[in-house]
Amino acid sequence: MTVAATWAVRAQKLSRRFGAFTAVDKLDLEVAPGEIFGFLGANGAGKTTAMRMFCGLLAPSSGEAWVDGLPISTQGEEVKRRIGYMSQRFGLYDDLTVGENLEFYGGIYGLDGTAIRRRSGELLQRLGLDHDVQRRTASLPLGYKQRLALGVALLHHPPILFLDEPTGGVDPVARRAFWDLIYEVAGEGTTVFVTTHYMDEAEYCGRVSIMVAGRIAALGTPGELKAAHHAQDMQELFLKVVGA
Amino acid sequence: MKPVLELRDLVRSWDGRPALRGLSLVLEAGGTLGLIGPDGAGKTTAMRIACGLLRADAGSSHVLGHDSLRESPAIRPLLGYMPQRFSLYPDLSVDENLRFFSELHGLSTAERLRQRERLLAFSRLEPFTRRRAGALSGGMKQKLALACTLLHQPRLLILDEPTTGVDPVSRQEFWALLKDLAEGGMALWVSTPYMDEAERCGHIQLLHEGRVIAQGAPGAVAAAFPRRILRVEGGDPQQVRALLGPFPGVVVLRFGHNLHLVCDPGQVEILRTSLQGAGLGASDQPATLEDAFFHAVASAAEAA
Repeated sequence: MTVAATWAVRAQKLSRRFGAFTAVDKLDLEVAPGEIFGFLGANGAGKTTAMRMFCGLLAPSSGEAWVDGLPISTQGEEVKRRIGYMSQRFGLYDDLTVGENLEFYGGIYGLDGTAIRRRSGELLQRLGLDHDVQRRTASLPLGYKQRLALGVALLHHPPILFLDEPTGGVDPVARRAFWDLIYEVAGEGTTVFVTTHYMDEAEYCGRVSIMVAGRIAALGTPGELKAAHHAQDMQELFLKVVGA
Repeated sequence: MKPVLELRDLVRSWDGRPALRGLSLVLEAGGTLGLIGPDGAGKTTAMRIACGLLRADAGSSHVLGHDSLRESPAIRPLLGYMPQRFSLYPDLSVDENLRFFSELHGLSTAERLRQRERLLAFSRLEPFTRRRAGALSGGMKQKLALACTLLHQPRLLILDEPTTGVDPVSRQEFWALLKDLAEGGMALWVSTPYMDEAERCGHIQLLHEGRVIAQGAPGAVAAAFPRRILRVEGGDPQQVRALLGPFPGVVVLRFGHNLHLVCDPGQVEILRTSLQGAGLGASDQPATLEDAFFHAVASAAEAA
């Protein structure tokens, strides 16, 4: 473990242009360690571009962001080692069993055999997948796949977890089970940075931001934002903020 | 007048595993019926049976009085089915996709042009007729798929999780289109795992492991929630859990910095007093459809 950074994620005038199009426009943002932060926005608002920069996958055009204290423009490779990333497509190997997926990704993260076995055992129990180690991933219900994908993202004890629309297509019960895990992980100090299209899920976050045209148009706790915009719920708030 | 869709006691297994254990419903013209349930609850199986694409092990399915399977040619012009992954041709333009599906449905040239104009206006895709379907946003793809499903002017529209993965603005637009269709007299049967979409239906059925575990108007299903919810603002979960020792069966749900305590009506006042004693204010939280869904699933699991 390294010394904890003051901010888990911090952006200053972070911008990314594609030709004449500015996808992310002088974004300023500070997310504290251990926060569950909801990063919201309509399609095309710049969310994915910003996420890709935070994950060290895309260089900024100007400005800077720090993830776990590391500047993304010069230390993208190290940033990748400090984060866990779970995409909406999960990135699991359908033909491998649950155990094999963990083993495979453990290898990619550079863990040795003993460390992989120890950590996998721990995670499987925690995710409620310990009876499914031998099951082929393809045969798992969607909710199980999501938990396995979360396990994979947590293998290397990352201080920051990026979740890109993690619960698409699941019902409230499976989603609640997933979020109970997220609260547990955050309770241990892991920062969780999550995108979602489902506004009732935004209620699960400590703070949320809503991006419009590359900038943050609203930022605060769900309660603060609803009060400030006189919105009944997050869906109404979202539509008001994006001007739909 | 025959109902637009009538299912009776549908039963279907896959490799000995039951997917549907007796689903019945009646859907009339202008109605919007939501089939609400998780992945694997049997939603897609039921829809495929209604469309005549799959045989039920037992029970019956009728579309405007025609048996879905035996009279499949008769029901085909009556229904539009938009499966979860509607196969648009990504290399064809919006216009070419509409033309292709018009030809599949055997529309005359005059009729095809009339429907094209009507549906492009309806879906607001007019500015994009020459764009490749593969280059459309998720929301626009869904609207094009819907337009292709409506070319033959079906009386019954069956939509299997139509907005999964689509952003909130596009979902809002898509549901506005569905509302227009229902107001025009079309019958809509929509599956979704999302409660905010369930709330937009006139009537819903909660499907769990192939069985309907609750049904009615969304407001009525939420109102039938038999427990009470106390909302604790800014409560520390560990502190609150420590207070719950004398209150068995209270469920703690986290919502960011706040907690919802789900308890029995008889526990409310004493629980509130106990929280106040610890310096925590608790307000009454109205039950949502999501709360009702949790409760119905938990009760079904207990009964099983």
